[in-house]
Amino acid sequence: MDIRVQNIRKEFSQYPALHDVSLNIISGELIALLGPSGSGKTTLLRLIAGLESPTEGAIFFGEEDASYKSVQERHVGFVFQHYALFRHMTILENVSFGLRVRRSGRPSNAEIRKRAMELIELVQLPGLEGRYPAQLSGGQRQRVALARALAIEPRVLLLDEPFGALDAQVRKELRKWLREIHDRTGHTTVFVTHDQEEALELADRLVVMSQGKIEQVGTPDDVYDRPNSPFVFGFIGESSCLPVTVEHNELWVGGRAIGLSSHDAADGPALLYFRPHDVELIEGDACLAGVVVASRRVGGTRRVELEIGGQQQLVEIDLPFDHPAGEKSRIAFRPRRWRLFPAR
Amino acid sequence: MATDRLALRTPAATAPSGTVSGGGASPTTERPLVKWTLIAIAAIFLAGTLLLPLITVFLQAFAKGPGVFWATVADPDGAAAIELTLLVAVIAVPANLVFGVCAAWAIAKFDFRGKAFLITLIDLPFSVSPVVSGMIYVILFGSSSFLAPLLQSVGLQITFAVPGIVLATIFVTFPFVARELIPLMQDQGSGDEEAAISLGASGWQAFWHVTLPNIRWGLLYGVLLCNARAMGEFGAVSVISGHIRGVTNTMPLHIEILYDSYNFAGAFAMASLLALLALVTLVLKTFLEFRFGDELAATRRH
Repeated sequence: MDIRVQNIRKEFSQYPALHDVSLNIISGELIALLGPSGSGKTTLLRLIAGLESPTEGAIFFGEEDASYKSVQERHVGFVFQHYALFRHMTILENVSFGLRVRRSGRPSNAEIRKRAMELIELVQLPGLEGRYPAQLSGGQRQRVALARALAIEPRVLLLDEPFGALDAQVRKELRKWLREIHDRTGHTTVFVTHDQEEALELADRLVVMSQGKIEQVGTPDDVYDRPNSPFVFGFIGESSCLPVTVEHNELWVGGRAIGLSSHDAADGPALLYFRPHDVELIEGDACLAGVVVASRRVGGTRRVELEIGGQQQLVEIDLPFDHPAGEKSRIAFRPRRWRLFPAR
Repeated sequence: MATDRLALRTPAATAPSGTVSGGGASPTTERPLVKWTLIAIAAIFLAGTLLLPLITVFLQAFAKGPGVFWATVADPDGAAAIELTLLVAVIAVPANLVFGVCAAWAIAKFDFRGKAFLITLIDLPFSVSPVVSGMIYVILFGSSSFLAPLLQSVGLQITFAVPGIVLATIFVTFPFVARELIPLMQDQGSGDEEAAISLGASGWQAFWHVTLPNIRWGLLYGVLLCNARAMGEFGAVSVISGHIRGVTNTMPLHIEILYDSYNFAGAFAMASLLALLALVTLVLKTFLEFRFGDELAATRRH
C-alpha cells in the first residue's frame, strides 16, 4: 500500500510539532523515521495511524484520502514502544484480539485460533501461547505485539521505537529478525527510531527529521555518503566540522590553502564537514595540519583530537590503532570526502 | 506495608554477605529494644482506641442477652431501618460506580478545558461537612425552594423521603470510586486503549475488553469503600431524612434514636450490625490488598 503524506501540519495547543511535511512511502518498503527526540517523528507515525488528526494537510492510503478516517477504518498495525499488551489476556488471546472484536467478516473461533497460532509460530514463540505478558521477557513481549498487529492483516505496519525499551543485545537480534519478517511478509513498514545505527542497518530508506521538518529522505548510502545539511552530517555517523574561507574556488584555513577546491561555492566563510575516518594522512604544504591534544581508542582505530594551526579549532580524525602519534605530535591530513555548507 | 517489605528484605540482604554477626544487625533495621518499644506503643494505642471500642460494641449488644438483640433487629422500626439502609446502598453504590468510572475515564484519558476544576469538584464532598451537604439538598428541594412547585406538580417528594436520602448519600460517597480510579488510570495511560482501537475495536469494545479488566480490582476496592460509607453515613442523611420512624430512618439514625431513648442495649445491637458490616468490608479490602497489591499500589491511600 503506497502512502502519501501531503503538506501535513500538526499543532499541539498552538505549539507546532510538524511544519508542512510531505513524504511518499512506497508499497512494500521498510522505511525509518529517524531523528532526535522532539523532531516530530512519532507524531508523524501517529498521524499516519490515525491516532492524531492533522491540523492541515492530507494523508492518502493508495488513492484514497484517509485524513479523516478513524483508526479502525485505516486498518493499520501499530506496535508500541512499551508493547501495550493486554495484561489480563494470554498471549493467544492478545494475538487473536483484533480478529475477535471484528464486527463484520469475523472468522470462526477455530479459524481465529489457527491464524493466531500461525503468527505465534512466525514470531518464534510456540509453546508460550498460554502465558501472560508479565511472564515474558521484553524481547518476547515485543514479538507478541508484532504478531498481534500482523493478525489483522494490516495495510501498513507502523512501529513506534519498537526496540527502544530493550537492552542492546536483544535489540540487535530483533532488528535482524524484523528484517526477516518484513522480507517474508512484504508489509509496507514504517518505524520510528532515534538510533541511527538501527535505521541504517534495517531500513530501505531513511527519513531524517529535525524540529518538525524532514531534513533528508534517501537510502542509507545516500544519507550517509551525501548528507544534504549540517544537521544530517552531524546526526548520522561521526562528523568533524571546521570553519574555512573560500577564495578563488580554493579552501583556506588560517591563511593556508589546504589543497581542496570547490567550484560551486561562493567566496567567503564556510563550514567544512567530513567524516573522521574518511581522511588520508599526507605530507606536504597543501593540507590540514594540527597538533594532537587528546587521543582515545575507539574499536579498531584510534580517535585523535587535533588542534588546527593556531586557530584553536578542534577536529577529530581516526588513525590506525598502531599509529605512533602521541601527545603534541604534528599530524597532516586531508579529508577524502567532504562537503561545504554556508557558515552559520 | 512498608515495614513488611523491610522485614522481608532483611534476611536476604544479610545472608549472602555472611560477615554480619550479632544476630543480623542489618544497617537498615532498628535495634531490637527500639523496635519492640515502638511496636508496643503502636499496639497499645490501637488496642485502646480501636479494638476496645469494637469489643465493647459487641459485648453491649448482647449485654441483656440475645433476646433483646433479636427484639431490636426484628422490631418493625428496626427492620425498616435496616431495609432502608440496604435500599439506599443498592441505589447509591451502583450509581457512584457508573459516575465514578465515567469521571475517572474522562479525567485520565482525555485532555480538556476545566479538567483541574472537575477534579476539585469531585473532591468537594470530602471537604464539605456532610451536614452542609444535607442542608444543600433541603434548600434545593425543600418546600420553600424554587423547584418546589415543579416537584409538587409531578408529585415527587424529595426532602424527608427516600429520594433525598439517596441523593445525599450519592453526593457524600461520590469521590470514593473516582478518587480510587483516577491515579490508577492515569498511571496506566491510554496505550492499551490505543492498541485496542488500532486492532479494530470500537470505543465500547476497548472499554469493555481492555479498560475495565485493567481497573477491575481498583474499582472493586473503591466500591467497597463507597459501600461502607453509604451505609454508615449520618450527617447528611440526618438533615434530609426528617427522622420519621419506620419510614426515613436509616441504621445510623435509628441507633441515635434508640440511644436517645435510653435503650442502650438496642442501640448497641443495631451498632454491632453496622460494625459487623465494617469488619466484612475490612476483611474484603485486606484480601484485595493482599491478592492484588501491585495494582492497588498505584492508587493513593485514604
